[in-house]
Amino acid sequence: MDRDTTNMQKAETIEPWISKTDLIQALQEFIPDESVLYDEEDLKPYECDGLSAYHAMPLIAVLPETIEQVQRILVLCHEHHVAVVARGAGTGLSGGALPHEHGILLSLAKFREIIEINPQRRIARVQPGVRNLAISQAADQYGLYYAPDPSSQIACSIGGNVAENSGGVHCLKYGLTVHNIQQLKIITIEGELLTIGGSGLDSPGYDLLALMTGSEGMLGVIIEITVKLLPKPERAQVLLAAFDDIVKAGEAVGNIIAAGIIPAGLEMMDRLAIRAAEDFVHAGYPLQAEAILLCELDGTNEEVSEHVLQVREVLKHSGAIEVRTAKDEAERLIFWAGRKAAFPAVGRLSPDYYCMDGTIPRRQLPRVLQAIADLSREYELPVANVFHAGDGNLHPLILYDANKPGELERTEEFGGRILELCVEVGGTITGEHGVGMEKINQMCVQFDSPELQQFHAVKAAFDPQGLLNPGKAVPTLHRCAELGAMHVHHGELPFPELERF
Amino acid sequence: MNTDISLQLQQQVEQACEQVSPLRIVCGNSKAFYGSMDERMASAETLDVSEHRGVLSYEPTELVITARAGTLLSDIEKLLDDNGQMLPFEPPAYGKTASIGGTIACNLSGPARAWSGAARDFLLGCKIINGRGEILCFGGEVMKNVAGYDVSRLMAGAMGTLGVLLEVSLKVLPKAEMQSTQLFHCSSAEALEKIHAWSQTPLPISASSFHDSTLRLRLSGATKAVKAAINSVGGETLDDAAQYWHALKEQELDFFRPGSPLWRISLASDARSFLPDLAADNDFLYEWGGALRWLKSGVPADSIQQAAAELEGHAVLFRHPQQQTVFQPLSPGLLRIHNNLKRAFDPQNILNPGRLYPEL
Repeated sequence: MDRDTTNMQKAETIEPWISKTDLIQALQEFIPDESVLYDEEDLKPYECDGLSAYHAMPLIAVLPETIEQVQRILVLCHEHHVAVVARGAGTGLSGGALPHEHGILLSLAKFREIIEINPQRRIARVQPGVRNLAISQAADQYGLYYAPDPSSQIACSIGGNVAENSGGVHCLKYGLTVHNIQQLKIITIEGELLTIGGSGLDSPGYDLLALMTGSEGMLGVIIEITVKLLPKPERAQVLLAAFDDIVKAGEAVGNIIAAGIIPAGLEMMDRLAIRAAEDFVHAGYPLQAEAILLCELDGTNEEVSEHVLQVREVLKHSGAIEVRTAKDEAERLIFWAGRKAAFPAVGRLSPDYYCMDGTIPRRQLPRVLQAIADLSREYELPVANVFHAGDGNLHPLILYDANKPGELERTEEFGGRILELCVEVGGTITGEHGVGMEKINQMCVQFDSPELQQFHAVKAAFDPQGLLNPGKAVPTLHRCAELGAMHVHHGELPFPELERF
Repeated sequence: MNTDISLQLQQQVEQACEQVSPLRIVCGNSKAFYGSMDERMASAETLDVSEHRGVLSYEPTELVITARAGTLLSDIEKLLDDNGQMLPFEPPAYGKTASIGGTIACNLSGPARAWSGAARDFLLGCKIINGRGEILCFGGEVMKNVAGYDVSRLMAGAMGTLGVLLEVSLKVLPKAEMQSTQLFHCSSAEALEKIHAWSQTPLPISASSFHDSTLRLRLSGATKAVKAAINSVGGETLDDAAQYWHALKEQELDFFRPGSPLWRISLASDARSFLPDLAADNDFLYEWGGALRWLKSGVPADSIQQAAAELEGHAVLFRHPQQQTVFQPLSPGLLRIHNNLKRAFDPQNILNPGRLYPEL
């Protein structure tokens, strides 16, 4: 995929009131020269995040290493009206860290310290550039771990996780990032250091901790995070069930929950995803199946034993043609290997693939899968479905070839229609990847103009000039009207006050 | 019991906005004691949400319930209970008329909070009327949703100062198959030591309390898991445990007998002592593994709140025979953000002015 983002940001362009040369000089006064990058060749690594289709060159990339330096950068940007895009590990999938061509790309990569692990309080205090998995590794000696585990956890940074409110495969039981953090230190666009949250489980006033989580770098720069740690479960066990009908697999998920069991992970893959994964990692998946479910149960030894028996019965009664229980830890990892490799496996089937991220009420699964299959025929593009079935988060992977003229555009349109479908059935356009630049248009479908205006007012409460990550996460009303991605309510067009072209 | 008065409520807010006259939002009025009431609120017109009630959707297998704000908390708990489910944050009601809207607006959570999460953790979405009289929807009925800022959770604990809650969607969970409460006689220091040691292991703990030299530990989960946990922690098993936890949650234990001012102190669970020179061990009741401490004390508010601030926690004067609630003061930077947010939702400052902080 390839997208020139110049036009996309046009409406949201922030022009600095200072020349590039003067800005570089001002930065070099308090940051070592090697950490202020402005040559095209040095800037290249920062031109995109995990959504490589969207790229842009920042004016300058800067890599501070102290809180004071970050404060001074923001003071400078505030004073001279310079856009600031904060960046963690750059693994995000929605273009949230896409640079602003007239702005500063603020990399937090040098903030890599695990400041404190307190096993008594079951918390870790870390800098934003610390990798997600590194926290669990450091806490392991105390028998503790950090629960949210996005699939990119070996690379993604905790600061980015907070900015995106990242999920993972264990959300149904352990929640998202917002449920697993206790305190944040942020720097406002004015350069002020604020502590949000405290040493206890709650804090006075408004829930700014929740507001910051998932705010995609629009409200402040996160400079320290206190995460909650959990005791490692005594045991985890995985069951694999095969179904000859994807609807039955969906019903089985509901039946497990109706039995009063909340699995640690509950994943579904459709036929195409199963075949791709099997060809790639040979996990022993049943190839005749239309769908497979992976159900992970964790807890104390006794609890897991009891639940494994119950879930086996539920799966059989739900019409599974085969149920396997991993006989040991090695087999458990093999069962998971197929699921974890699903994206790259699908990637082998086709020159390119586009990963979508909608959430739906689980009961709508048959309808949504049918509609995706119909759209797949209409657009003549195959789709493999991978599904966090427990919490309704669907990842359809659209297979395409960017070298075929027009195929990328068809893919994007197809993807957009899937997201609109998610909204139509009562779901959302993004479960865990964020809006960023990628889904900015679908925000016009998800929300009406009063809600979008309210979002802009929230943004202005932190950043009235709109310097932090301009043009991301919340579309302007103008953009929604211009795009014609219309959200028609009660037969009326939204934004009647705006002209259309 | 299914009425939609949202348009009527909206009209009243629109009118109040036009006339710049404050509104006092009331639902079940069970938490009237909580939050402060200055002269603005005393003379404000009442916006009564209690008739706006009814469960709008509940699918047990989706683990989600959506209800109008005026729906009685007890009705929701009964419906969930009939389906083997519960509100995992065990909200205190403080009265039979408690509504789900008021429960979320106050963001108060019960004994399970330290292990299951708070009211705000289970809030998936809401419909509100902001101070301009606009009806807005945020979040939704799905567990994973990162579209737009998390305005829903911002409403939890805002005490109606940012918007009038019309509907809330909450995540619910299955009830535990078995519960057991183990009892230990020990000092507060020993209790803290025990609870911190247990909390670092994967025991199915769901609540703890300490007062009158007695530590109580509630275990919840699959029968076999709870039985194994009882063997591992020891102690004597408490009869009538459900009644005890209910009385604790509703502040009906002797400890909470009206008389002296009651403080709610939230701080790091392992803080050894709080105001050791001014408060005795028996003035405290510990919950949440030590992270929540109720204190009966007539010590001046600023001394208590300063002590809490030194431990990076906060203290709320929760109940007082004569005085109103006093929340921990905010730092100047945070107060500025609070003010800006208040203006973003309620530019005329008509929704519950002063209920949370005098400046808001």
